[in-house]
Amino acid sequence: MARNDLQGSLDLLILKTLSQMGEVHGYGIVLHIQRASDDLLSVEEGSLYPALHRMEMSGWVRSEWKLTETNRKAKYYRLTSAGQKELQKAEKSFEQLVRGIRAMLRYA
Amino acid sequence: MSILRRIKNKFSGSKLQQEIEAEIKAHIEMRVLDNVASGMSPEQARRDALIRFGNRTAMRERVTEEDAGMVWDSLGHDLAYAARQLRRTPTFTITALATLVLAIGANIVVFSVLNALILRPLAVPNPAGLYNVVHQESGYDNQSYPDYLDFKTKNSTFRDMAVYRIQSAGLTAGKVVHKSWYYRVSGNYFDMLGVQPAQGRVFHASDEHGPNSAPCIVLSNDFWRGRFAAEPAIVGTTVHINKHPFTVIGVAPAAFHGTDVFLWPDFWMPIVNSPDDEGANFLSGRTMHNLFILGQLAPGVSPQQATDNLNAIAQEMARQDPADDGLSARLVKPGLMGDMLGRPARAFIAASMLLAFLVLLAACANLASLFAARSADRGREVAIRLAIGSSRWHVLRQLLCEAVLVSLLGGAIGTIFSSALLRGLTRWQPFPEFPIRVAVSPDATVYVVALLLSVGSGLLWGLVPQRQVWATTFAQVMKNGPAGTMVFRRFSLRDLLLGIQIALCTLLVTASFVALRGMQRSLHAPLGFAPQGVLLAETDLHMAGHSEKSAALIQKRMLEEARRIPGVTAAGIIDETPLGSGGSSTPVFRMGTTDFRQSNSVFGAKYFAISPGYLEAAGTRLVSGRDFASGDDAKAPHVALVNETFARRMFGTQAALGLRFMMGQAPFEIVGVVEDGKYDSLTETPWAAMFFPLEQNPDSDMSLVIRSRLPPADIVPELRQALLQIDPDLPFVFHSWPDALAFVLFPARAATATLGVMGLFAAMLAVTGVFGLAMYSVSKRLKEFGIRAALGARSVQLMRAGLGRPIAALILGSVTGLLLGIIASQLLSLIVYQATPRDPLVFLGVMITMAVLGLLATWIPAQRTLHVHPARLLRED
Repeated sequence: MARNDLQGSLDLLILKTLSQMGEVHGYGIVLHIQRASDDLLSVEEGSLYPALHRMEMSGWVRSEWKLTETNRKAKYYRLTSAGQKELQKAEKSFEQLVRGIRAMLRYA
Repeated sequence: MSILRRIKNKFSGSKLQQEIEAEIKAHIEMRVLDNVASGMSPEQARRDALIRFGNRTAMRERVTEEDAGMVWDSLGHDLAYAARQLRRTPTFTITALATLVLAIGANIVVFSVLNALILRPLAVPNPAGLYNVVHQESGYDNQSYPDYLDFKTKNSTFRDMAVYRIQSAGLTAGKVVHKSWYYRVSGNYFDMLGVQPAQGRVFHASDEHGPNSAPCIVLSNDFWRGRFAAEPAIVGTTVHINKHPFTVIGVAPAAFHGTDVFLWPDFWMPIVNSPDDEGANFLSGRTMHNLFILGQLAPGVSPQQATDNLNAIAQEMARQDPADDGLSARLVKPGLMGDMLGRPARAFIAASMLLAFLVLLAACANLASLFAARSADRGREVAIRLAIGSSRWHVLRQLLCEAVLVSLLGGAIGTIFSSALLRGLTRWQPFPEFPIRVAVSPDATVYVVALLLSVGSGLLWGLVPQRQVWATTFAQVMKNGPAGTMVFRRFSLRDLLLGIQIALCTLLVTASFVALRGMQRSLHAPLGFAPQGVLLAETDLHMAGHSEKSAALIQKRMLEEARRIPGVTAAGIIDETPLGSGGSSTPVFRMGTTDFRQSNSVFGAKYFAISPGYLEAAGTRLVSGRDFASGDDAKAPHVALVNETFARRMFGTQAALGLRFMMGQAPFEIVGVVEDGKYDSLTETPWAAMFFPLEQNPDSDMSLVIRSRLPPADIVPELRQALLQIDPDLPFVFHSWPDALAFVLFPARAATATLGVMGLFAAMLAVTGVFGLAMYSVSKRLKEFGIRAALGARSVQLMRAGLGRPIAALILGSVTGLLLGIIASQLLSLIVYQATPRDPLVFLGVMITMAVLGLLATWIPAQRTLHVHPARLLRED
């Protein structure tokens, strides 16, 4: 049951987004999560940044300041190979969580 | 990789903050653009973006707290913020700094003394396992040379054992005679301690071949520099000590000052040699106890094992020789002349350390209440910061930061001041005629302790207002305004802190009063002689090469010359003045004793040799009988004067005059009884003492005691002239008797000064504490008082409302402190002569002092209360 809490879920969403979209800025990650989850999942947008910062400190993501399509400076994040491994772990533990909860629901 | 990044972030903290800022800005602007694109108005779009983003302050804090490496960065911010806050309230900051400088400074000074004299091992290359071997009986620390040899050869627990003796002699180099203090040490002394010479060589055990076989000395580094201008060529030359030639063979290293921390000898001489013609006698006399044994334990041997081993040897020695009857051994830490200085010094320093610590505690209580008041004033700020998303932990950390910052600063300034004071103490030579040094320079240990004390006290007083922060709720503070008026309804933490502070301060003030009274008493205690108006001229006839045989003649001439000086009313000679460097004692026996073991003796008595006329010159009262006369010479029967304690203990109620006693296997007739006196120290239990005619007990060590109508200093030139004619080579030390007693009074004076300074600090803290709380409570309620005054309240009522609490705290605290002081009297009596707080004068003194301090501290706040001007106050807010 490693890190199967809400923060773990946010990490998973961010890592998954980065693995699907390659290089993307914080706002882009928010948009992607909303779009991909059909607006079911909405995160408090600010809460993304502490998580991104921690992941960067842990070497899971790498960042770079770049220009957006609208010629605005933004910080772009990209998954590292360590982050890739972390994503696999997070996905696996999330599956476990979901299976566990589903089993509980069925039992009840 | 990530570690490198953390380190990088640590140094570029502000850059990181800018980056976070830029990232948030970019995020929000992109959201605004999208919102506008989806059809919102610009204002609506921005509002929506901000709401969606959430709490930016909290987010920023969380980013910075995300990794441990960032703690330092945020600490830097906290420190900068703390410094800003402190600059904004200079009164608080300066008060806190001044308090801390005094309190921490006092602790550092006392701790340095503790460290230098007690904690730090002797300054020798290998100090581990060094102990003085003393007798089990306390206050009896000296050993004889034959006993030393037995201990040394028979023990199985010591790696090596050496012996030393502290003496003085006249050293002639060129034409000048200079009185020097030196050690006579066994040949293995330097080798056991591992001391290597700085110049030339030191002597070894192999240099000793019986009495007077090694006429050489090793100079101390200070003496070599001071007296011989650090001239290397001095090694190999001959100097004269008491007119006997000795070869200087080497110079000790600068760091080595002998094996006592207080007493720094000028040179070292092999113990087998004597400049006094008494070497052989003293090396073979088993009853001549005048040496300190210093031993170093063998590896792996515990002090207890060694003590048991030595005691077994002592019992064996006592069986073989009655002179060793009752011999026993005990190990004590070296450095303070066995246990003689060690016991009182340890007690005094421990008590001072405790008092200094109490000062610091009182200071912390004072600062805690000031700080609590200050934090309460900042309740609104704290509430706002909590409301906009700052964590409580963060707010606490900032408050703590302020406290620790002030404490560190105060500690640093305190350390600077006390280091200067300690360096001064180290250079100070309190008694020119004694090589007494107080080497208490601070070292690394002291600085570490200073740092710990600063941080510790900062945390202590910084943590007190934390409860307030946890209890802060936004709504309450915003409603009530910063004062949080409810606090005044009940007994608050601040009142308690003030009470504690006052109690501690009263305890300290009591202690200093007790010390002052004790000092006063010891100055007026009957000494058994009247030092006022007496001049002492001290010398040792050996220094000019005279023997004991020729001494009598010279001493007689000196007395004749001295009595001829105008103004002199009486003159006499004593071998060692009472309360001087400590007279010797010897067992005495009843008549008819045949077995002279120590256990058969009646008691041990102090003995002195005096000339006719000494009693009159010293002002010692003759209770009955007669003074010695010129007829009491070597050919006459042995006679003695004894003091009242001696007479009572030997003969009970029977009149002692004309009775006889035994000493050294010979009978003595008592021709007179004199009043009791103090002989070793002011605090001693009364000694039995006896006086013998100088002519029957010749001694080269002597003090001329001259009573005159003129001030002692005025007759010095004439006396010097007269004495020069008798022997130009004889060096004399002149001082008035009260000055000479300074040495004996030194511990009492030092204790009184220490306690006095602590008491003064405490009094200052009490004033600032009461003043702070009274001023604060009055200023917070000034508006209320204005209204009450406008409604017709009398000034007494206002005073009671404003100053009631501080005064109640003052009274309760004072009473508690006084009670504590009475309980602590046992502790004080260890260091101060006749210390008792049950003295009505002390009681009264403390009461009056505290009342005056209270009046002083509440005067200004009371004035403010009385002159409250309703109209102006109401306009102000």
